[in-house]
Amino acid sequence: MDALMLSRLQFAVATFFHFIFVPLTLGLSILIAIMETKFVKTGDEEYRRLAKFWGKIFIINFAVGVVTGITLEFQFGTNWSRYSRYVGDIFGSILAIEATLAFFLESTFLAVWIFGWKRLSPKLHCLAIWLVAFAANLSALWILMANAWMQHPVGYTIRNGRAELTDFLAVITQPFGFQIYLHTLSGAYILAGFFVMGVSAYHLLRKQHVAFFTKSLRMGLAFALIFSLAEVVQGHIHGSEVAKIQPAKLAAMEALWDTQANAPQTLFLIPDEKNERNLVEFGKIPGALSLLAYHSSSATVKGLKDIPKEERPPVALTFIAFRVMVGLGFFFALVTVVAWLKRKKIADSPRLLKLLLFSIPLPYIALQAGWIVTEVGRQPWIVWGLMKTKDAVSPIAASQVGITLAAFIVAYSLLGATAFYLIAKHVRRGPEPVRGEG
Amino acid sequence: MLETIWFLLWGVLWAVYFMLDGFDLGLGTLMPVVAKTDTERRLVYHVMGPFWDGNEVWLITAGGVTFAAFPTTYATMFSGLYSALMLILFALIVRGVSFAFRDEVNSPRWKCVWDTCLTVGSFLPALLLGVAFANIFHGLPIDKDGIYQGTLFTLLNPYGLAGGVLFVLLFLVHGALWLAVKSSGDLHDRAAKLVPKLWVALLVMAVIFLLATRRATFLYDNYVANPALFLIVGVTVAALVMIRVYIAKAAWWRAWFASCVTIVGTTLFGVVGLYPKLLPSSIDPAYSLTAFNSSSSPLTLKIMLTVALTFVPIVIAYQAWVHHVFRHKSGEEDLEHEEGY
Repeated sequence: MDALMLSRLQFAVATFFHFIFVPLTLGLSILIAIMETKFVKTGDEEYRRLAKFWGKIFIINFAVGVVTGITLEFQFGTNWSRYSRYVGDIFGSILAIEATLAFFLESTFLAVWIFGWKRLSPKLHCLAIWLVAFAANLSALWILMANAWMQHPVGYTIRNGRAELTDFLAVITQPFGFQIYLHTLSGAYILAGFFVMGVSAYHLLRKQHVAFFTKSLRMGLAFALIFSLAEVVQGHIHGSEVAKIQPAKLAAMEALWDTQANAPQTLFLIPDEKNERNLVEFGKIPGALSLLAYHSSSATVKGLKDIPKEERPPVALTFIAFRVMVGLGFFFALVTVVAWLKRKKIADSPRLLKLLLFSIPLPYIALQAGWIVTEVGRQPWIVWGLMKTKDAVSPIAASQVGITLAAFIVAYSLLGATAFYLIAKHVRRGPEPVRGEG
Repeated sequence: MLETIWFLLWGVLWAVYFMLDGFDLGLGTLMPVVAKTDTERRLVYHVMGPFWDGNEVWLITAGGVTFAAFPTTYATMFSGLYSALMLILFALIVRGVSFAFRDEVNSPRWKCVWDTCLTVGSFLPALLLGVAFANIFHGLPIDKDGIYQGTLFTLLNPYGLAGGVLFVLLFLVHGALWLAVKSSGDLHDRAAKLVPKLWVALLVMAVIFLLATRRATFLYDNYVANPALFLIVGVTVAALVMIRVYIAKAAWWRAWFASCVTIVGTTLFGVVGLYPKLLPSSIDPAYSLTAFNSSSSPLTLKIMLTVALTFVPIVIAYQAWVHHVFRHKSGEEDLEHEEGY
């Protein structure tokens, strides 16, 4: 393999791994902040224990998220130097602003929260976790605005052989960027909600710490319900934006070969990229794609055959990932609605609890699938319509990248296994004993 | 003008990073020497706990600012120093998680693994950052297309290694002083006893490095052209001496501040000498990347300057507040569950 393919694999490994740990922190920080606020307001000790129990899981996730995030920032320079030189004027500044505005705040105040239980007044201590939650979500906004610029470059001109900034506001307020942000954030909140519900279900099934985990489950459920429903609507709006901005991506998401009016949506098919057709098609709904993408069943949707071969994304992977994401998205909405209807006797419904417990991995899969659609569907471009991925790679030896890729795989496997082991250990142990009884 | 301001800010950001993370990296490296029992090792983690992560963000910012203000330099520097940087990153990964993981399992072997990670993960970045910066001072084999024509071993020349050792010693002194400030009892006494010895080694290395810099680099050219700049060297050397004076008086906070000045001064000494070059080429000076030929557009530089001048003071303010909140010495009573990871 050449340095390009190895660098792509390395970046994929690094981002995927990073995004196993980050989404939980986005939502969980808010839930912990709500718990601690209730503690401050009511003085109910149980809420303090809730904040501490979930806080520990947050800390482990945050630690892995931080150390794997740094490697991402630096990989733009190490592996994608031509890209960095070409877009640094815009992309680099967004990353630098993210660190200055958000990441400092998050890192500094998380440490205050961890070490400050006795040194700060309860109110100030609670403020620290709110700042962490705010900063985590602000950080995501900047990172996703940077990604949005790669999907849909705006506010620039080509000058001095590179993309130079002409309109900063256009870059940081582009509507497509907010679509990506809302979509990713809702996904992350669903994940946090399902994680909290699943862990709570584990203990409720064993009839231990019942009051504690009933409270947790309720909070996780409310969170997951709101954002699962919101995601269905938002996902649809997001999809129709993609149709306008990245027609090739949409065509790959749906494996649509021929440009057509009244374009169908097919529930299941097997794409055959070599012969530009689908082998098996099952469950065709005429006009559905036109309707979803352009709000009119007679609208024309561009097919892959009308996009030059060298500008088409990989179809099979994009198509499958999209189906997985959407399918799971509907599943989350269904499960949370059912759980909400049964919320009063949820602790006595072992079947529902088991379902929640075994659903923990599903939002993780949905989020990763979503990123496959976003990033694989963007290929062959690194910046849509502006720069191809193959022109972006650093002039480095394949052997160098091969070694670091192997090192990343080994190190991240160990790191991931350790983190999961620690989280599982903490979850099984349950909350700390009530003060005075310990 | 904008380019010059950013060049200086770039240098200051790296200097602040070295000053802040320097004590963590130094103390992490020293841990096997100064901490003998499990409780003492936990205290070593504890005196760094509230600060290390906030300190590391300065590295991310310094990297991000290199990307934003000087993208061409960022591209060449990071791809050219590929292997060295990757080693630093892997080291920082294992260091970072050791804080969160170490006390999660109550087994001596488990703790030993993470203690080793902390030490190796602190030592390697200290050494390699020194090697990298000394090589930048010296010049890198950069061709006319801005492509690095060397390997990891190109960096391991005598001057580069001298820079690595200098950084390690700077950080060791800094870390030992931090421990002396933040601890009491045996831990404090061991740090206090060790630091004068480390200081002598640092002094010797600093003299060697200053002399070697005259032979291996063009840094002094700027100083000869503007003798007033020798003030930087003067202040740095004075701060280095003052460290020893304050150690003798057992004025640990002051000694630590003097060490801060020494680290910032050392970094700025190099950066000011480099100006306007960010990456001098050792193949042909004309291929060098400078603040002018590798910078972002004026618009980006202006926006970034506004952001930096607004938010960096805010960051400094709340980080200073954190130091105020956690100004106490750490003792065994702090190791309760309430006060740590």
